[in-house]
Amino acid sequence: MFNILKARLVQGYRTGKFPHQPPVLPERFLGRPVIDGSKCSAEISSQLSEMCPADAISGCGNDLQLDLGKCIFCGKCQEISCGGITFSKEHAVAALTRENLICNTANSRNYTPEEQVRCAITRLCGKSLKIREVSAGGCAACELDFNVLNTLAWDMGRFGIQVVASPRHADCILVTGPVSENMALALQKSFDAVPDPAFVIACGACAISGGIYAESPETRGGVCGMFTPDLYIPGCPPHPTMILEGLLRLMGKRFLQKKA
Amino acid sequence: MNNTFLKIKNATAAPLASVPLVSFAEFRDAVKQAVQEHSMRVASFFAMPEENGDHRMTVVLCGDNTDLLYLLSFRAGRRYPALTADMPQFHWFEREIAEQYGIVPENHPWLKPIRFHRTLDNAPDAWGRTDAPTAGVTDYFRMQGTAAHEVAVGPVHAGVIEPGHFRFQCMGENVYSLEIELGYQHRGIEKMLLGGPDKKTQHFMETAAGDTTVASATTYARIMEALCGCTVPGRAQAIRALALELERIANHTGDCGALAGDVAFLPTASYCGRIRGEYLNMTAEICGNRFGRNLVIPGGVQFDIPQTMSEKLLAWLDRIRPELFHALDLFFDTPSVLDRFENTGTVSKEDARAIGLVGVAGRACGLGMDTRQSHPDGGYQLRPIQPLRPANALTGDVLSRAAVRYGEIRHSERYVRDWLKALPEGDVCTELASTPAPDMIAVAITEAWRGELCHTAVTDKNGKFRRYKIVDPSFHNWFGLALALRGQQISDFPICNKSFNLSYCGHDL
Repeated sequence: MFNILKARLVQGYRTGKFPHQPPVLPERFLGRPVIDGSKCSAEISSQLSEMCPADAISGCGNDLQLDLGKCIFCGKCQEISCGGITFSKEHAVAALTRENLICNTANSRNYTPEEQVRCAITRLCGKSLKIREVSAGGCAACELDFNVLNTLAWDMGRFGIQVVASPRHADCILVTGPVSENMALALQKSFDAVPDPAFVIACGACAISGGIYAESPETRGGVCGMFTPDLYIPGCPPHPTMILEGLLRLMGKRFLQKKA
Repeated sequence: MNNTFLKIKNATAAPLASVPLVSFAEFRDAVKQAVQEHSMRVASFFAMPEENGDHRMTVVLCGDNTDLLYLLSFRAGRRYPALTADMPQFHWFEREIAEQYGIVPENHPWLKPIRFHRTLDNAPDAWGRTDAPTAGVTDYFRMQGTAAHEVAVGPVHAGVIEPGHFRFQCMGENVYSLEIELGYQHRGIEKMLLGGPDKKTQHFMETAAGDTTVASATTYARIMEALCGCTVPGRAQAIRALALELERIANHTGDCGALAGDVAFLPTASYCGRIRGEYLNMTAEICGNRFGRNLVIPGGVQFDIPQTMSEKLLAWLDRIRPELFHALDLFFDTPSVLDRFENTGTVSKEDARAIGLVGVAGRACGLGMDTRQSHPDGGYQLRPIQPLRPANALTGDVLSRAAVRYGEIRHSERYVRDWLKALPEGDVCTELASTPAPDMIAVAITEAWRGELCHTAVTDKNGKFRRYKIVDPSFHNWFGLALALRGQQISDFPICNKSFNLSYCGHDL
């Protein structure tokens, strides 16, 4: 008993400062890419789209674009693009619409994350969001990095976000994985059990587009063929900061950031 | 038996033709002798289609007393007598082969699909199914009687966890039998690897089991290095080994926290949940990703650890160490926790050996195996890992599995520190000498945090993958969890499950 109380004192208060302060991210972290198509010749552009393991890069010149919904953040394009694609440390990568996951030269300048407008989600879930997570063919990394938001390091409960056991208690389902054929039925049933209006969050490249598994006949290439997500969180897997930032933006929550 | 097998070192390649192709009877007798008399275990057993429509069946055996891997093949038609009858270790492998290639092991005691997909080469289905298989739809043991009842759980579970289907046959609270049906995470990795390596191969490996990325990428890299001929710089090998140990510490810490959570001992659950993140963040410090993605590639590693980073990581380890052991000791010193763990979910040493348990679960039953010692490779050759001192009285229960994790955390933490203090000089990456050699077989085994991870690659005449077999440690161990539940209360399932903490996606591929 005394040991437990003592432990509480020794271990201290350890919840991170994000989102009240900018997130602490590692030096080599890859965040939202910045595209400058003018730096890539047609030859380099075609090399880029050919070498991208996720087939996320297309176009050339000012039309060069990178689809964050497919990107696995391996950073290979950065090495050969002569500055045409550089990964920034921007963690606000989540998008509310699929189109906003496309990074190109135009939207790389002065990027500001898409703001949630007043809608059913903010009205119903602006203060509390109950999530039922469904893993559908994922490699467990997205699941694990979503799960850490429950630990005291992130404590997403303080924003009213909670993981619930039954879809009947949930406002939304958060899907990870490319939706394996063997999970499609269970995913559909889980979604059907969520009371209306049931929202959908696609977490990770696999859930958004199938990622590198898009072409496997054993998967459905992500959730988009089954539902239209209300939030897309790119990454492979997304860093917990990216997930939390996306969830808060979905709920229409705003935080004044103090300087770290 | 010694002359029957081809014997090769870990992470080396040999011409496929050098693997003896013997008759089934000779194969069975040689393998039986090795398994029963020399305590070897089946690291991998797989089928590979041949041009004439037959299949070449190859086994890879691994033992604690030799640093060699034993390979042997026989040729099978559509049916052959099941090996499981003599050697239960084969049961899951034979089910897998039946599902992948429609080859029926006759008199297999419980021949069911394990992943629910069509055959890889469009061969007729082993069960005569014509429609696409539906996951989970198969035969199950049923217990009958007025007080008997069945509990079915999954595929979707209550927590944030991967999908799988569990069926318990119970009398009151007591479980008589548990059957585990997986396959919900099946993405078809082995099929997509055929004809590789290509630009996606590296990433399939990294995501075969997302929490085992470093081990998986290292094993694949070793296969490629063996096939292409390449000497990996010492510095790269050291970085691989220390990243692998960081992966082990992070996962074991998370598991100890999860075990504490399942017996409602919240202090350790919450402290370990956070501390696990610290180790993941150390990996992210090295390569930018918390799971070690993009770190290990064939030829070396993509990120160096400069002196300043070594110092930073060492200071970081120093800071976290007391917090970690404080959280763990708290939990191992609490009688109410120990009471729940002791004598719960026991697997006997004999059973563990018979079904071929590996890794943490095997060591917790008193099996001394650790391929970092028996088959050292890469960084573990440059800096041999000290033998794990087994914790007292390993009886194969939940407490033993928790204690093994605790011991390994301590052990690995020291090993990471030793490397960080003295990284070899030099480059961290070198070019592969060529494309993979044709008509070769290469085997690599890595001690991942759950246990031994075995990759076997066979190349065709163009040096492309004709077969790439991944055996995740979970593949060996899922049946161990089913055994552990026999005679337990159903309410103890969560702690038994967490004490194994097996991978669904690593199994389903």
